[in-house]
Amino acid sequence: MKKIVVLAKQVPDTTNITGETMKEDGTVNRAALPAIFNPEDLNALEMALSIKDRTGAEVTVISMGPPKAVEILKHSLYMGADFVYLISDRKFAGADTLATSYVLAEAIKYLGDFDLVLAGRQAIDGDTAQVGPQVADKLGINIISYIKKLVDIDENRITVERDGDFQSEVIRSSFPLLLTVTNDANIPRYPNALKMLRYFRSDLQFNISEENTDQFKENRWVIPTLSINDLKLDPAKCGLSGSPTKVHKIKSIVLKGGDLKIFENNKGGVMELVKEIIKDYAEVN
Amino acid sequence: MKTLIFIEKNPLSGLLRDVSVELSAKAFQLMEPYNGEVVGIFTGDKLPENTDILFSYGMDRLIHYNNSSLSNFYSVAYKNILEKMILKEDPDFVLFGATNMGREVAPLISSSLQTGLTADCTQLYIDDFKNNGKILYQVRPAFGGNILATIVSPDQRPAMSTVREGVMRLPEKQNKKKEKIESFDIVPEDLWFKDEFLEILKKEKKVNLNKSNIIIAGGAGVGSKENFKLLFDLAEALGAEVGGSRAAVDSGFIDKSRQIGQTGAVVRPKLYISFGISGSIQHRAGMEESGKIIAVNTDVNAPIFDISHFGIVEDMKVVIPVMIRYLKEDING
Repeated sequence: MKKIVVLAKQVPDTTNITGETMKEDGTVNRAALPAIFNPEDLNALEMALSIKDRTGAEVTVISMGPPKAVEILKHSLYMGADFVYLISDRKFAGADTLATSYVLAEAIKYLGDFDLVLAGRQAIDGDTAQVGPQVADKLGINIISYIKKLVDIDENRITVERDGDFQSEVIRSSFPLLLTVTNDANIPRYPNALKMLRYFRSDLQFNISEENTDQFKENRWVIPTLSINDLKLDPAKCGLSGSPTKVHKIKSIVLKGGDLKIFENNKGGVMELVKEIIKDYAEVN
Repeated sequence: MKTLIFIEKNPLSGLLRDVSVELSAKAFQLMEPYNGEVVGIFTGDKLPENTDILFSYGMDRLIHYNNSSLSNFYSVAYKNILEKMILKEDPDFVLFGATNMGREVAPLISSSLQTGLTADCTQLYIDDFKNNGKILYQVRPAFGGNILATIVSPDQRPAMSTVREGVMRLPEKQNKKKEKIESFDIVPEDLWFKDEFLEILKKEKKVNLNKSNIIIAGGAGVGSKENFKLLFDLAEALGAEVGGSRAAVDSGFIDKSRQIGQTGAVVRPKLYISFGISGSIQHRAGMEESGKIIAVNTDVNAPIFDISHFGIVEDMKVVIPVMIRYLKEDING
């Protein structure tokens, strides 16, 4: 058990949708949503770091996304990751889960040998839970999803608890292996202040693709970026052209106006409401 | 035209999972206008006891891959077997329940077959698409439920979808077909079984919110696990079930098994009473088809009021005890 790769995604914080998030025409104002570290990817990273604490394994975090996604990679370094890579290219735009998994699987192969790949169960913007299994299939390795607990790990095997719909299963598997991790698995650690300072002061130089150089000039240190050329990918399998699913139509969900009746917030009002409930209650039982 | 359905069993009861029945009925509805075929696939050593229900909802054939080594969910083995069945049957569409099992095996197959997979569809229909003929239109909530996206996979076959339990409504029983169960034989390879199942742990009894006519639901506004007890008291007085929003679950006020909304249960009770729920779109996706909606919230601008029939702008801690008192008075007098 030497190397762990964690898959992470920066997502719009869809859990904090307020009135201001919706424009008057009923469409989503994406700019009003903060971009965050996908919550369950933090659980995956925490699991990787806890394994690192126990075994000294090396933790690499990769994220496919726009240049702004370096934010979560920096966060990963502050939490204790050893290496991070941004997988970024304009040609990745519009990727569905299949095209995304192709790029991520190729990036993992590019980075060399690994024993364990960890990913969050699902990202909160799409909630599909598909990319983890699809990456495992493309790597040709075993997969266990919905991990709610890391039970044990040694040189050759890992034991985990998988959350099923009716029962949970304690499963042991050899490496290499991909696990998708749920938010029951652990509580992610906070970024370490000393690590943040070290990175801010460092003069670490990484090789980065030229086209992204400007993006990172303002930073004191840079995150290595891998492009479609670096990874020698087939452009036909990336982005929109590599995606069998297409968005045919988008419809914003508009609130339907109800025939709301507000009762007074006093005992009389509550009593009236209870009368209405009893009317329903008599109907249903 | 042909639709294949991944059939699942409840391991505790030995009966079909509800979603498998719902998908069979939906597939029949999709296939009927085209005289298409509905084929179920079950993998595991013992068929669910009540497979006759599938045929009463219009299934044509059920294929059983009978192998005792598959009583546990070895995802790679399941994937390989289902993939071989799909290649043999050559369906136009494949439907899976959006269960923990369906959501693991479906993406493995879609990756292997390089075909489109759409998660958590809420509507499915067939229509023409340019020069591709009839294709499957898959509607799903996206972006945290703020938009409904219609997804198509026009160029690859089969198009695959997962659907959550409770989303597709069961029609009146119709077109009872003759039961036809076939077996499928391939020899599994050792490589497919990398997992060792050491122990099966019982979970707390699954709460079935869908079986209840009345649901009392609480949100972040309830404020604490203690305050949630008030909701359980009211539920007891009404003979109701208790649910919670994602915010309430994430705050630890109530168990995840009771979550209502886009990533939890989809419910349609006759009466839905919410306390301290603002009514995010994700939450509404799980309850807005309720018969009557009552909202109690301190914020007069909470969007939940927009879809409610009755409302009170007040703290639930004030309202619930009074409600319980009046309810008890009425029932006893």
